[in-house]
Amino acid sequence: MGHDPAPAPPAQLTRRGLLAATAALPAAALLPGCSGDRRRRTSGGRITLRFQSLAWQQDSLAANRHLVAEWNRQHPTVQVRYVQASWSTVHDQLLTSFEGGEAPDIIHDATDDLADFAHGGDLADLTALLPPRLRRDIPQRTWETATFDGRIHGVPFLQEPRVLIANRAKLRRSGVRLPTPEDPWNWEEFAHAARRLTRGTAHGVAWPLKEPVSATLNLALSTGGRMFHRHPDGRAEVRFDAVDQVVPRTIHDQVNVDRSASRTTLGMGGSDTLPGFFAGRCAMVPLGFSYRQQIVQQAPGGFDWTVLPAPEGTTPDQGVSPQTLSIAADCPHKEVAMAFIDFLLRPPHMVRLALGDWLLPTGREALRDPALRTARYDWATGTALASTLRAAPAQSVRGYPEWKDKVATPGLQEYYSGAIDLDALKERLVGDGNLVLARYQR
Amino acid sequence: MSGNESGPTGDASTVRRRTATTRTRRRGVAPTARRTATRTGQYAALLAYLAFLAFPFLWLLSTAFKPPREIGSLHPTWIPEAPTLENFRQAFAEQPLWAAAGNSLLAAAVSALLAIALATPMAYVLARCRTRLSRAATGWVVISQAFPLVLVIIPLFLILKGLHLVDSRTGLILVYVVWSLPFALWMLTGYVRAVPAELEEAAAVDGAGRLRTLLSVTAPLLAPGIVATALFAFLTAWNEFFFALVLLKSPGKQTLPVALTHFLGTEGVADLGPLAAAALLATLPSLLLFAVIQRRITGGMLAGAVKN
Repeated sequence: MGHDPAPAPPAQLTRRGLLAATAALPAAALLPGCSGDRRRRTSGGRITLRFQSLAWQQDSLAANRHLVAEWNRQHPTVQVRYVQASWSTVHDQLLTSFEGGEAPDIIHDATDDLADFAHGGDLADLTALLPPRLRRDIPQRTWETATFDGRIHGVPFLQEPRVLIANRAKLRRSGVRLPTPEDPWNWEEFAHAARRLTRGTAHGVAWPLKEPVSATLNLALSTGGRMFHRHPDGRAEVRFDAVDQVVPRTIHDQVNVDRSASRTTLGMGGSDTLPGFFAGRCAMVPLGFSYRQQIVQQAPGGFDWTVLPAPEGTTPDQGVSPQTLSIAADCPHKEVAMAFIDFLLRPPHMVRLALGDWLLPTGREALRDPALRTARYDWATGTALASTLRAAPAQSVRGYPEWKDKVATPGLQEYYSGAIDLDALKERLVGDGNLVLARYQR
Repeated sequence: MSGNESGPTGDASTVRRRTATTRTRRRGVAPTARRTATRTGQYAALLAYLAFLAFPFLWLLSTAFKPPREIGSLHPTWIPEAPTLENFRQAFAEQPLWAAAGNSLLAAAVSALLAIALATPMAYVLARCRTRLSRAATGWVVISQAFPLVLVIIPLFLILKGLHLVDSRTGLILVYVVWSLPFALWMLTGYVRAVPAELEEAAAVDGAGRLRTLLSVTAPLLAPGIVATALFAFLTAWNEFFFALVLLKSPGKQTLPVALTHFLGTEGVADLGPLAAAALLATLPSLLLFAVIQRRITGGMLAGAVKN
C-alpha cells in the first residue's frame, strides 16, 4: 500500500478497556435474583430445614410435596423446604455439597450409596435420635442395611424385592407349576421352567443385565452367597465360593448352554426388555417390583401378566438396598430434622409413599395396610416377600463401588455373554477385587 | 482484463475459455448429464446427512406426543397413532419447567454477553499484537480447554462458597463466563485476524481515530464472528449441566438440564413421555436461535473489501 502504515494500535487504550471490562464484572452481582439465600435460617425462632427428595414418579412427587406442605401447616416455627434431586446425579451432588459444607439437612438416598458418606463423617449418627416408635416399627434386619460400624446413618423406609414378571398365558400353556411366595421355585425348577417356555425364537426368560452386579449379588443371597466376608479385625475380603456361583452359573447356562434366555437383553436395562416381553419374545423378565407401574402404563390392552417370587436356594432371602432418609452431620437442628422424618414415616404416610413409588414400605404397620395386601397388580405377592429381604452384603464395604464398576461389572458381563469361563471370572472377582479393597483398608 | 473481452488480441485464458465452450457445445448433452448426476449425488449425500442429523430430534418430537403404550411398543411408528398432550401436561405439572427455562435463559444470555464483552478486546489485542507473549497466551488459552470439569469443580465450589456465591445465579453466570471465555477468545482471535489490518490503516489515513476505526470499520466486519461466538457461549451455558447441578441448591434457581434429570429414576428407569416433552422444550430455543441467526454467521462479508 502506498500510504503510511497506521499508527500502532495504542495498547494503553486496549488495556484500559480490558481493565474496565474486568472491573465491571463484580457489577454482575447486581443482576436480578442474584444473592443466594442463606441456608437453614433461624430467624425469630423460626427454623428452616432443607429436605432433598429423590421422588420422581407422579404419585410419589405428589405424596412427598403434600406431606411437606402438611408438616409446614402444622409446624409454623419449623418450616421444611422441599428440594428436588435426581437418582442419576445424587452421589456427585452430595459429594460436592458435603465438601463445601452446603449439604441439605434431610437427605433421601439408598443404603448402597451411604457407605462412603457414613465413613467420611458426613452423615449424622441417628442411633440416639430415633424415636422408639420408629425404631420398633422397622425390623432389625432392615436397620442393618443402614448401619455402618455399629452406627445407624439412615432410616430405611422403602424397599424393592426382585421378582419375576411373567406372561401368565404362556405359563398356563406350558403347564409349569406357578410358584407362590409360600412355595417359590428353586433355581433348578426355574431353569426347567425357562426351558419349557422356550419356543422357537421366543425365550423363556430375558435377563436385563446392563447393571449385573447388584442383581447377581442380591439374588445369590438365596443360595447362601455373600461374596464379601469380614475378618475379625473388620477388614473385608472377596471370595467366590460354590454358594456364590449358583446364580451366575444358572444365568450363564441359560444364555449360552440351553439358550432359554435371550442373549440380546444382556446389555439392556429393565425398561428396554418390556416391548419384547409384551410382544411375546420372552415369557419371564426378572425385574424390580416397581416395574409393575411401567407394565400397567405400557402393556397392550388385555395383556395378561403376573408377579412371581424370585427363585430360592437354601433360603428364600434376597439382598436389598432400601431407600433411606438421613440427616447431614452439620445440620444444627438434628432433633427437629428427626421429628420431620418421624412425621414423614408415620404408617399411613409410609403407605402413601410406597404406593406412589410402587415399592414396599419397611415399617411393619404400613405393611399391614389393606392397600398393600390387595391382589390388584400383585401387591400382595410383593408384600409377602418383605420378610425375606436382607441387607445386601456388599453395601457396607468400603471400595465396593470401585470394585463394582472396575472389576465386577465387566467381569460378569463377559462371563454372561460367554466370553470367559467361571475360573476366569473368579480370578477377576477375587484376585483383582481384593487388590481394589486393599487400597481402602490400609 | 475482463474475461468477457473478445477478439484476436484476447489473452491466452480467454482463448482457452472460448475453446472449452466450443468443445462443450460440440459434445452436447454428455457434460450436462454428468453435471446433473454429480449434482444429484451431492443432493442425495446432503439429504442423507440431514436425515442422520435430524433423526434424534424427529424421534424426540414423535415420542413427546405418544401415549405410554406406543412408547413401549416393539414396532414403533413415526407418527403417533393416538397423539396426546398428556406428556406435556404431566411434565409441567411435575416440574417447574418454565422457571427452569427462565433460569437457563438468564444464565445463558448474560454469560454470553459478558463473555463477548470481555473476549472481543482481548482477541483484538492477541490478533494485532503478534508478540511471543500473545502467542504464549493463545497457547495457554487452548490448553486450558483440556482441563476436565471434575478437576475444577470442588476448588471452584469452595472459592464460590467463600464469596457467598453458591446457590446464586451470579455465581453460576461467573463460572459460565470463565468457562466459555478461552474458547470465545480463541474463536474471536481468528475472526479479528481475518479482518485486514489495511482497512484500519486506510481509515487512519482518512483521519479516523483509533476508537472511531474500531467502532466504524472493525466492529461491523467482526459482527458475524461476534454473533457466532455469542451463539457458542449461549449454547454452552444453555446446555451445561454439571456446574448447575453442583452450584444451585434452591428449587427456584435450577436450570433446565438439571430439571430434566428429575424424570429419571433408579437404575436408569425413565418417565420417557414427560422426559421427551421436557427435552423438546429444552431443544427448541437452540434450534430457533440457529434458524434466526444462521444467516448472520455466514462468511464472505469481507469479500472484495480489499483488493490485494
